[in-house]
Amino acid sequence: MASRDSNQKDRPGSGQREAARGEATNLLDDWIAIEPDGTITAFSGKVELGTGVRTALAQIVAEELDVPVERVHMVMGDTARTPDEGYTAGSMTISSSGTALRQAAAEARRAMLEMATERLDANLDELSVHDGVIIVARHPDRSVTYAELMGGMAFNLPVTDQAPLKSPESYRIVGTSTPREDLPRKAAGQPSFIHDVRIPGMVHARLVRPPGPAAKLVAMDESSVKDIPGLVKVVRRGDFIGVVAEREEQAIQAARQLKVEWQETAIYPRRQDLFTALRSQQSEDSVLVEQGDLEKGFAGAVQPVHATYYQPYHAHASIGPSCAVAEIKGDRVTVWASTQGPYPLRGALAQLLNLPVENVHLIHVEGAGCYGQNGSDDAAAEAVILAQAVGRPVRVQWTRKDEFVWEPKSPAMMVEVHAGLDRQGNVVAWDYHVWSPSHTRRPRFASQLVTAQLISGQPAPRTRFSFGAERNAPTNYGFPVQRVTVHYVPNSFLRVSSFRSLGGSMNTFANESFIDELAAAAGVDPVEFRLRHLADPRERAVLNAAAEKTGWEPRPSPFIQATTVSSGRGVAFARYENDQGIVACIAEVEVEKNTGVVRVNRIVVAHDCGLIINPDGVKNQIEGNVIQSLSRALKEEVQFDETRINSVDWQTYPILTFSEVPAIEIVLINRPDQPAVGAGEPSTVTTAAAVANAIFDATGQRLRQMPFTAERVRKALTDRG
Amino acid sequence: MPDKIIIIVNGKSHTVQAAPDTPLLYVLRNELGCSGPHFGCGDETCGACMVLIGNQAKPSCKLQVAEVGRARITTLEGLIEDGELHPVQRAFIEAQATQCGYCLNGMIITTAALLWKTPHPSEIQIRGALDGNLCRCGSQARVLRAVRRAEMLLSQPED
Repeated sequence: MASRDSNQKDRPGSGQREAARGEATNLLDDWIAIEPDGTITAFSGKVELGTGVRTALAQIVAEELDVPVERVHMVMGDTARTPDEGYTAGSMTISSSGTALRQAAAEARRAMLEMATERLDANLDELSVHDGVIIVARHPDRSVTYAELMGGMAFNLPVTDQAPLKSPESYRIVGTSTPREDLPRKAAGQPSFIHDVRIPGMVHARLVRPPGPAAKLVAMDESSVKDIPGLVKVVRRGDFIGVVAEREEQAIQAARQLKVEWQETAIYPRRQDLFTALRSQQSEDSVLVEQGDLEKGFAGAVQPVHATYYQPYHAHASIGPSCAVAEIKGDRVTVWASTQGPYPLRGALAQLLNLPVENVHLIHVEGAGCYGQNGSDDAAAEAVILAQAVGRPVRVQWTRKDEFVWEPKSPAMMVEVHAGLDRQGNVVAWDYHVWSPSHTRRPRFASQLVTAQLISGQPAPRTRFSFGAERNAPTNYGFPVQRVTVHYVPNSFLRVSSFRSLGGSMNTFANESFIDELAAAAGVDPVEFRLRHLADPRERAVLNAAAEKTGWEPRPSPFIQATTVSSGRGVAFARYENDQGIVACIAEVEVEKNTGVVRVNRIVVAHDCGLIINPDGVKNQIEGNVIQSLSRALKEEVQFDETRINSVDWQTYPILTFSEVPAIEIVLINRPDQPAVGAGEPSTVTTAAAVANAIFDATGQRLRQMPFTAERVRKALTDRG
Repeated sequence: MPDKIIIIVNGKSHTVQAAPDTPLLYVLRNELGCSGPHFGCGDETCGACMVLIGNQAKPSCKLQVAEVGRARITTLEGLIEDGELHPVQRAFIEAQATQCGYCLNGMIITTAALLWKTPHPSEIQIRGALDGNLCRCGSQARVLRAVRRAEMLLSQPED
């Protein structure tokens, strides 16, 4: 075995190591290192987004290596130290990085067992591992530790994906609710976030933004801030303006005081015209599912049903506005950022600075939860531009308003569905159409960063390919005759990018509302109606488990009551991405008929994500998904007019508060014989439909547009014919 | 040159140099090196920056440092006594009551203040007290359980 010293001294920041990385991601040493003190360092190119995945990955490594989980130290998202695993997104970390680390840990274990056969003069089948100690079974006095075999040395072996993996029945760590490793330090107030990064000599920056994305700078009066103590520099490049000061409050004061004149331009449609403007664009269409003869299907229907559903723009609304720190020494750049894609962002920043990519070292530090692309990548770009301009390390902190106005939103979408029922209430035709812009526009190129656009005056480039709106557009119901079409429109109007589940939330809202409309038209219980069309036993089990937990009494919806406050229940079901996590959600609501106020009292979720790595971690994700998606369904809509975004704070973009949080009950179905799939997103897609269906059950009125505000519900109740 | 102002934070008197209208939050984070309170909105609407002033939970993002006077300020790190986490901090860890943890400071500070004043709050009192603390990840269900756990830990006699 060669010494690992050559690697060690290169960490962090080795251009060589990084260059080698791209070609050598199957090198065991890129994933696992056995330290001389017996701890294990595991490297993941994924990042922690506040979901606790760092703990779950450590569990996987600890399990395969047979060491206590506390001994595994995860290094994540550092371009000098970790593999390039692209973006942390799509609920994929467990299935991708988790699988890679599992294979690597198994490879490391096999390699060390083989070494131990020599060291202990024993056969492989005589050896067992306990807490990182390899023991000869019948001679427990003959033993050697991982650290004694390997400490400080490199394996110099490939990950073959052939090493024997432990069977799930023998798991002791995976499948247990291992506590979050980060929680004790966060609860104690220790530095944990990008916002807490402090670099010697660091100065503070704030941005002076145009009032709207299309506004152009007319004049800036730098003398308006000349009296501000500690001012380092007003940096202006094109329409990008940043103020840098010694102290944070001085930067805030300078940003407030700087006199700037902007010329605003109307670029957005009027809000009442949004969906017409969306729909009337020339779209690129693709048919995702085509089965049977639709025309014949509709011809055989006795009851046609049509509906249109709408989702407004939603903000990620991270609770901590974006922040980044950058330091430039000569032509070497170090950036601390809470991006979801350390390597892709590094490429974009290198392009922005016109430097070779090897000169940029990107270190991920946790931000506030992001749920998709928020302002983090843009803040990193601003930090490097400002650090370059002032020649000192710069910390950029966005304001609450910066985050609301400039973060990319979840796109507005609309769905039209047509279906036909025969005399027995069977679905004999299903024709689904979704209109949406592309969802994913994460920066790989400098031109995708707001900073670069403000500097150059060039708008964001058109996306090369469209993605996201197809997610969960098809259902898992076995309709014999169906067509599912995605209509991608080029103009999203507001800046958009990925938000948890992409189009999955809107498509499931539409699909699961519409199947409920069909069940009501057929006069059949909504759970029973869904089960009629579901063949897969795992999917049926999830739906049945939710119904059982709720105490669901079969009857058709609605169940209209004469009382001022009506109560109702609604169900929704989905299999995320049609082959991933399976979820059924049942909501119990009360509707105040005179005010339109909807109170959600109870939500039950049944959930199957295959093998469960950490049950409490999965429950935490489900609770979070339910609360966040309930907030989106009941309250959230980005306000804008023709020139500006008007959701700028928590008054103009309210989210769910403690008083509005329902009781949440969860049924986890563990499938140790099935692959572990993500739990970060599936249960976000079902809530809106479950609530809309419950409102229908209580009142007989259908809410087809989010959010279900009191005003909208009241209007639906008074407009009914 | 910024003024010299004396404030009492986590049981110690500190002389800080800051303009009198500087929000307390920036003095705590940048002068005193606290990383418990976080910037969230700058508008006293989200709770991420909360500190205890006396026994009351207050946002620190608009409160001017010169207005603090001789009030005792306690931050999240100041709840730790002799290296021992405060029962409310322990309760939040035991209940695994967080996702990203950015709002955790405000949740713990608010809970500590609530249970100080009302050792056995009703469900409505708990939710009411926490309504000024926003969490975007959706950890509220866990936070409510953590408050109950903290109530229990605080009512247990010390060993």
